Order: sequence, then structure tokens, then C-alpha cells
Amino acid sequence: MQVSALLMAGAAFGALGISFWPQTTPTALPELVRLVPAPFAHRLDGDWQQGGWPVDAPVERVTIPAPVEIMALPVSMADWQTCVAEGACTAADGPADQSDLPVTGVSWIDANAYAAWMSDRTGDTWRLPSDVEWAQAAGELFRDDALGIESDPSNPAVLWLAEYSAESARSRNLDREVRPVGNLNVNALGVHDIGGAVWEWTSTCLRRVEVDGSGAILRQSDSCGIYIAEGLHRAAISDFVRDPKSGGCSVGVPPANLGFRLVREAG
Amino acid sequence: MTTLPVSRRTLLAGAAFAGALTQVRQVAAETKAVLTSATPSDVDSLPRVKVKLVDPPFVHEHEQVATGGPKVVEFEITIHEKKIKLDDSGAEVWASTFNGTVPGPLMVVHEGDYVELTLINAPTNELLHNIDFHSSTGALGGGALTQINPGEKTILRWKATKPGVFVYHCAPPGMVAWHVVSGMNGAIMVLPRDGLKGRDGEAVTYDKVYYVGEQDFYVPRDAAGNWKTYDSPGESYEDTVAVMKTLTPSHVVFNGAVGALTGDNAMTAKVGETVAFIHSQANRDTRPHLIGGHGDYVWATGKFNNPPERGLETWFIPGGTAGLMVYTFQQPGIYAYVNHNLIEAFELGAAGHVKVEGEWNDDLMKQILAPSAV
Repeated sequence: MQVSALLMAGAAFGALGISFWPQTTPTALPELVRLVPAPFAHRLDGDWQQGGWPVDAPVERVTIPAPVEIMALPVSMADWQTCVAEGACTAADGPADQSDLPVTGVSWIDANAYAAWMSDRTGDTWRLPSDVEWAQAAGELFRDDALGIESDPSNPAVLWLAEYSAESARSRNLDREVRPVGNLNVNALGVHDIGGAVWEWTSTCLRRVEVDGSGAILRQSDSCGIYIAEGLHRAAISDFVRDPKSGGCSVGVPPANLGFRLVREAG
Repeated sequence: MTTLPVSRRTLLAGAAFAGALTQVRQVAAETKAVLTSATPSDVDSLPRVKVKLVDPPFVHEHEQVATGGPKVVEFEITIHEKKIKLDDSGAEVWASTFNGTVPGPLMVVHEGDYVELTLINAPTNELLHNIDFHSSTGALGGGALTQINPGEKTILRWKATKPGVFVYHCAPPGMVAWHVVSGMNGAIMVLPRDGLKGRDGEAVTYDKVYYVGEQDFYVPRDAAGNWKTYDSPGESYEDTVAVMKTLTPSHVVFNGAVGALTGDNAMTAKVGETVAFIHSQANRDTRPHLIGGHGDYVWATGKFNNPPERGLETWFIPGGTAGLMVYTFQQPGIYAYVNHNLIEAFELGAAGHVKVEGEWNDDLMKQILAPSAV
């Protein structure tokens, strides 16, 4: 996989914790990692059902439709504050005085406002990644979030109890600390900060998929007001939500925080 | 004895706090004299039992129907001031605790028993504390007889004459509300000697019992909206009282923290099991509700000389009261036990779960059509 990295002055400012941001538009770009179409096995997104009962989504070979460049780091609070200062974004709910942290407390709508602002000032097309693009960028740090639980048609509570146990186990040693951008981890592609305390918005709508016993899709419906947020597991969150604590992954563990990174479409 | 540790932290706590400490010294001196003249003599011949308290939501072993006559039941509680974490967002509070937990442990006795409590104020603490039992008679519920400074202890005996579940809490002069919303409260259950009874005199028994202590907290924030943290209870006092006066809690939680009764800590039961839920709120009104179940027998105001209500959906417990609900589970699954002010439940924390195993009853509920296209 081809990797190109461009360092942005702003990222360096953010890492130093400097909260003052120049009013002039920076000309440099964030550090980007190029993703090229190459098939890989992926647990599909969405709510899947068979015979009216929830089942894990299948694993299929997927390929992104076109090359994109994805931000190596999530958008930081310093980045966000620049957009706010230019009047294109509204204040995030996350701590505005900690500029080196990833921006948190932003909705899907907020994230798209930031993408529009980035596109406007650079002349390129910036947008949220799809679930598959995000998964390719996450690489070996992507977590398979299948529960591996079978429904019992005579007793729906079997599934509910098993799901609850799985969610409880998941939450047992959760790391809830939000670290400065770039400080959590990095994968072989050079993409940082996958699967920590910040979940990241995608452009993928929540879909409900009905399959038959052979796995063939009988019916699929999308809900494009609810989007997939990526992290330790995938969560489905309404587009206006900034604080995910009461949304998301069934009864157990909602995402801790909502942030994002963008992709730039290859010209 | 009246030497108080005056630390840097105490000095930082401000004039209001220092004033309260001065008051504390005088009261402590008076307390000693009163205790000396109140020596008991007529209950010395009663049998004595010593109870080992357990941490909520669990309740120490006890008889539902008393065998034998009245006893003197001995409890010992040590007060600890400790910093506790309320949630995953960094909110923390200097809790004042009976026995190290919020709420304090549930005590169970029978009507006619004598409660003999040894109350210890740990020497590492900073504040004066006492205990006011709503179930006792006289002396501000015992509060006037139990004021102790750090490093002191006191023993109070009182007769349990009123059957019911009752709140107990700390009530030091001038600072009652702050101590109570710092987590310093718990509950005691005084069972009728012949056990709980329904309206028609039928026995009401339970297979297990959980104690849910609901607590409102008032955590100050700084100008940027972050939770403020403090090095000692005294330093948190003024800011916390300012938030308290807004009457708008930052947290309303069960058993001391968001999620204290969920996940690995969820309550458990089996289909067919009868579970008693004792619910106390020492400061604020609450309205418990079991999502997916009911209150088979409910003493919402918690007093057993009144007949219980039957088959309730939600029951109202006024602030400063403990209530009791008894329910026999009929379906397996995950139940949410909440304060049905749902903002308090799902935004502020007042929600727990009950994991119930057993066979599904299609007669009670069956999905006829799974969600599908219109």
C-alpha cells in the first residue's frame, strides 16, 4: 500500500498544546495516508437478521471503489477551533481548552460542516470515510465486533442475556482516557489513534438487512439519519448526537466520545 | 480529645468552614456529658447478637420472621471520607461514607429489638460526623448523642418501635445537606416480628433482597465546563454548596456511581424468584420503576403498619424516605430498574439492571410479526 505523508504546521501547533490559532488560513495539509482499492475480508456493518432474529453480520471480501487519502490523525481540537474561528463550525462540546486532544462532542452534522469547510478552503473534496474505507485505514487495529451468539427461537431472553454478558465483558477494562492526537497507537499504514476512547463518524448509514438461511439478502433498508461510528466496536448513532452515552451499542456500552477524521478524494 | 487536625487543607477551606469546625468543638464537649448520664439498665438481660454488615446492594443474612423475643442487635460502622469516581467523564466527589460505601450498609432488625450501634469516626478523616436514624425516637434521631470528631467513637442504643424501612443519615449542625449529598446516608429495615403481610394478612416473603441507595450529587464545574476536583472535603465545600443551591444535581445515581448496578454489577434473579428491592433517597423525591415488570407488593413510603399497594407500575418515594417493593419475576431477560424520571435515569445515572434467567412464557408475550416491510 502506498503511503504519503505531509506534515501540517497546525498538527505541530496542536501537539504543543498551543491554543491560540492564527486567523489566517493555513496552507499546509494534514498528514494523509493513501488508501488504494485492494480486496480485504471485512465484517459488514449494519443490523442483520435471519427469520426475525438478530445474527452477526457476515464477513465478506470488500474493496473501496476508488483511491482516497485519509487523515493519519483524528481532527484535533486545535483544528476544530480554526474552523470555529472562521465561522464555519460551531463550538464542540469537548474541552475547548485542550487543543492537542482529538475534537470530541461533535455530531455527524458538525463533522460534515468541517468537511465542507476543508473542501472550500482547499478546493479538494473532503468527506467522512465510509465504513469500509475506515476499516481499511484501521488495518490490523480494526476490531471484529461480532458477538458470536445464537438466538433461541423459543426464548428471546437467551440472546439478550448473552449480549448483555458480552457487553459487560467488553466494558470491563475499557480505557476511557482521551489522549493527545497521535499518542494512542499507530498501525502499519501509519494511521494513528484507532479504537481508543473516541469513536469516529463515517458516511455509512445504518442498514437493516434480512437474510435467509443461506445468507442471501431478502431485504435491506437504510436509515440515513443514523450513521455508523467506528471504534472498539461499531455504534449506530443519530446524526445530531454529540454525546453518545445514551445511544449506540445495545444495552451495554455506548461509545465514550464522538470525533472524526476525513478522507480527501483523489483528484 | 478536642484537638482537631488543622491542615493546610482545612485552612484553605474558607471562613465558613472554619466557623463550622469551631462549632464542632463545643458540641463534641457537650455530647460527652449527655452520654454519661444515659446509661441503660433494663435491657441488660436480653440476648445480644452481633451482625456483620455487607456492602450494598447486598444485605446481611437475616430472618424474615423473628425467632424468639426481642434482642439487642449490635452493629459497628466506621465513617470514611474518601474520593469516589462518579462516572467515566472525570467527575469525582469527596464522599463522606458510612462504612466506606454510598449508600451506607442496610441494617435489618425486628420490631421490638434494640439497635446498638458503635459509630467510629476514622482518625484519617477531617470532619465531625454523627447519625440520625429516622426509625429511632428522640435526640434528633440520635444525632444529638452521636457527634464524634475524627479519631473518636460513640455507642448509641435505640429501640425499634416502628416497623418499616427507614433512612439514616449524617446530620452535623449547620452542614446536614452537604453531608447527605456527599453520600452519607443509608437505610435500616425494621421487620414485623411475624414477617411482612399483605392487605389480607397473607405472608409476603422474598427469596433475595437488594438495597438500592439513590444519591443526588452536585459536582462543580470550572469556567471551561470541566469537572472541578479538590484535595479534601473541606476544599470542595463552598463550590459544592453553591451547586446544591441550584437544586440541579449533576448526577443522580444508584449505589454511588453511574453504572454501579449494571454490567458485571447488575442484580440477578431467576424466573419464579421473589425479590425485595429496598430503595432509599435521603434528600430528593424519586419514582422507581421496573421496566418490563411490576411492583407486586409496594410499600412506597416503606412503613409496614400500612397495607402494601398491589401491582404498581411506578411508585413514589418522597425525599428522606426508604420504600420496599417485592416482585416475583415471570420472564427471563434484562430488566432496567430505574428512577422513572427518565432524564435522571438515562442522562444523570439513576438506572440499574436485573439479569433474569429462566424459560420464556409465550402466553405472557410473543412476537407475532418480526419487524418487516409494510
